[in-house]
Amino acid sequence: MDTASSEKIPFLRDPEKRALLYQIFTVLGVALLSYYLISNTLANLERQSISTGFGFLHKEAAFEIGESVLDYSAADSYGKALLVGFINTLIVSFIGIVLTVILGTIIGIARLSSNWLVSKLSASYIELFQDIPVLLQLFFWYAFFYEILPAPKQALNPVTGVFLSNRGLVFGVPEYHPAYLAALTALIVAIIAGIILKKWAHRRQDTTGKSLPTGKIITAMVIGLPLLAWLLGGAPTAMNTPVLKGFNFKGGVTVTPEFTALLLGLVLYTAAFVAEIVRAGIQSVSKGQQEAAVSIGLKPGQVLNLVILPQALRVIVPPLTSQMLNLTKNSSLAVAIGYPDFVSVAGTTINQTGQAIEGVGLIMIVYLIFSLSTSAFMNWYNKKIKLVER
Amino acid sequence: MSKIETASATIKPPKTNIGIVGWSRAHLFNGWINSALTLFVLYGLYKVVPPFINWAFLHANWAPVSGTCSESSGACWSVVTANIRFILFGFYPHNLQWRPLLAIVILVLLLFFSQNRKRWNMKLLYIWTAGLFIMGVLLKGGLFGLESVETDNWGGLPLTLLLSVFGLAAAYPVGILLALGRQCRMPVIRSFCVVYIELIRGVPLISLLFMSSVVFPLFLPEGVVINKILRAQIAIILFTAAYIAEVVRGGLQGINKGHYEAAESLGLNYFQTMRLVILPQALKIVIPPSVSILISAFKDTSLVVIIALYDLLKTTQSTLTDPKWMGYSSEAYIFVACIYFVCCFAMSNYSRKLEKELDTDRR
Repeated sequence: MDTASSEKIPFLRDPEKRALLYQIFTVLGVALLSYYLISNTLANLERQSISTGFGFLHKEAAFEIGESVLDYSAADSYGKALLVGFINTLIVSFIGIVLTVILGTIIGIARLSSNWLVSKLSASYIELFQDIPVLLQLFFWYAFFYEILPAPKQALNPVTGVFLSNRGLVFGVPEYHPAYLAALTALIVAIIAGIILKKWAHRRQDTTGKSLPTGKIITAMVIGLPLLAWLLGGAPTAMNTPVLKGFNFKGGVTVTPEFTALLLGLVLYTAAFVAEIVRAGIQSVSKGQQEAAVSIGLKPGQVLNLVILPQALRVIVPPLTSQMLNLTKNSSLAVAIGYPDFVSVAGTTINQTGQAIEGVGLIMIVYLIFSLSTSAFMNWYNKKIKLVER
Repeated sequence: MSKIETASATIKPPKTNIGIVGWSRAHLFNGWINSALTLFVLYGLYKVVPPFINWAFLHANWAPVSGTCSESSGACWSVVTANIRFILFGFYPHNLQWRPLLAIVILVLLLFFSQNRKRWNMKLLYIWTAGLFIMGVLLKGGLFGLESVETDNWGGLPLTLLLSVFGLAAAYPVGILLALGRQCRMPVIRSFCVVYIELIRGVPLISLLFMSSVVFPLFLPEGVVINKILRAQIAIILFTAAYIAEVVRGGLQGINKGHYEAAESLGLNYFQTMRLVILPQALKIVIPPSVSILISAFKDTSLVVIIALYDLLKTTQSTLTDPKWMGYSSEAYIFVACIYFVCCFAMSNYSRKLEKELDTDRR
């Protein structure tokens, strides 16, 4: 026992060999289990005469999709139907994320307000919306649209040109004109130029010590350039406003009740979580930081931009991205209220073709791509943050 | 000098700085922005709250019969009062509904009993095991002379609670194993665990539920059928386990390396180290986040609606498809939302309290 170094260690007493053995057993176990499941599946598929593979994607889908940005009809293939669903998921997630961040930030800041009423009100909002399942909230808003809102004839008209009825939300948009395209291009150019200017001004300040009022210049560019483009394009003001004709509205843009209910439910639910994250992030920056920044002579805007925000964002961004991912994953609940998102279209495809494995596999792959790209972003962001840290 | 001092001692603060006036000056009307905000919020509340109270209570209809609702302008709680038994218990046989009710009462009592941290020991674990067993027997029947009830008839609140409580109870050990696997030194086992955890956390629960309802039957050999509830339960367990694994991993990483080394130098092997030294500490740290996982598991069980299991939400929905009760969705959904809210609120409050207690312990 005491002078065992020269003795041969029994096989099972050597941790390395034992570890090797464990791993071999694990691999064997997993392999056996997968073999068992796959052979069962193949036998079952053969018995039900379902062919495997993704050949069904080229077949005719033969079902309509309620809303689509692409030109889709029932005669198109399953592949195209799934693409339409994918784009719908992207649309609802993107708009949802933008609205959630805005609403969540407002509520999170309101939670920290010195105004007792505002603070308590946002606390109740957070508690209420966090503690009710998001699916129930979706059902509620969906029922709200179909049962409580009036028919188009008695549509609510909160603002001129905006109508709210059980057919959804209808609002006027400017009539298409090339000037708008020019304005959009000008906006993009202004943003890119702004970024370059900011970098250049930063470098100049580092080397020469001279500073530029970049904030003002960029604001002027971002507002001024599109306005200029619009004016040069002939300043079109024609509006495509909705008009009640018969039982429904003509003209304008209609947002379906399904989409609005889904968006409303997701945004209100996720904003409650985002508000908590924002509050925690702001509270994590100690008051001394702000006082120190003020005492070295920074202006209020600089205090916020250079001292408070960089530190708060370090705490806020990681959980915020996971909430964005949650919103994207929860958008799959669209299937319950009939909005044709990816999961809903894939579900219909599974029902019609019986290609359950491929269908569920596609759903998983799509969401895995979302989450993997999010974690790639997170890694990049964490690395960037680390460089700032000394 | 002394004159001023005695004078200031007897002068009371001005009336506008104390009492209700002082409080509202400090908390509601400090500065003109806050004053404007307060007035704005008060106006909004005035516009919303009285009409809501009118609708929900003063003009509401409570009688458990249909038909009286269309006349009044208030809420039609009749949809809830008339269908309360179906909403709460689904298709469970009418004369046997005391059994799920008793099971729920036992669960609530158990939860109350284990609220106190002084009772957390092995005995509590046995009590819970026995309690869960009794609840199962009460639901299923077939033992002790209880009439057997098919799982197809289970529904409503008991099903929701069953899926979440059993889901968490079964997912916890799996989650701990996954977390240990992710932390261990064997690359193959570690990568299996990492792939599993990241895969499950990357996909929505609904895709797993789809899997359980349409793909899982294909995995089984011919003739073997597992019922729908159990399949959904397995999906929920597999899903929750991945999230628990991440929480437990956080706890494991929070343990000082010295504890591992101390345990090793005492001659404890891996399992002893984990069971006697590391896990008791790590699990204690992760209790508050575990409660939040329980909350989200409880909320997530509502997703089984999509694969047509009759949980609390589905029974409510099918009540609303009855032509007699069509158009009263808001009332029914508000009722169900209250049930969910009360449960989740209690749990999250408890978690917050626990966090505070455990926090002082560590200082």
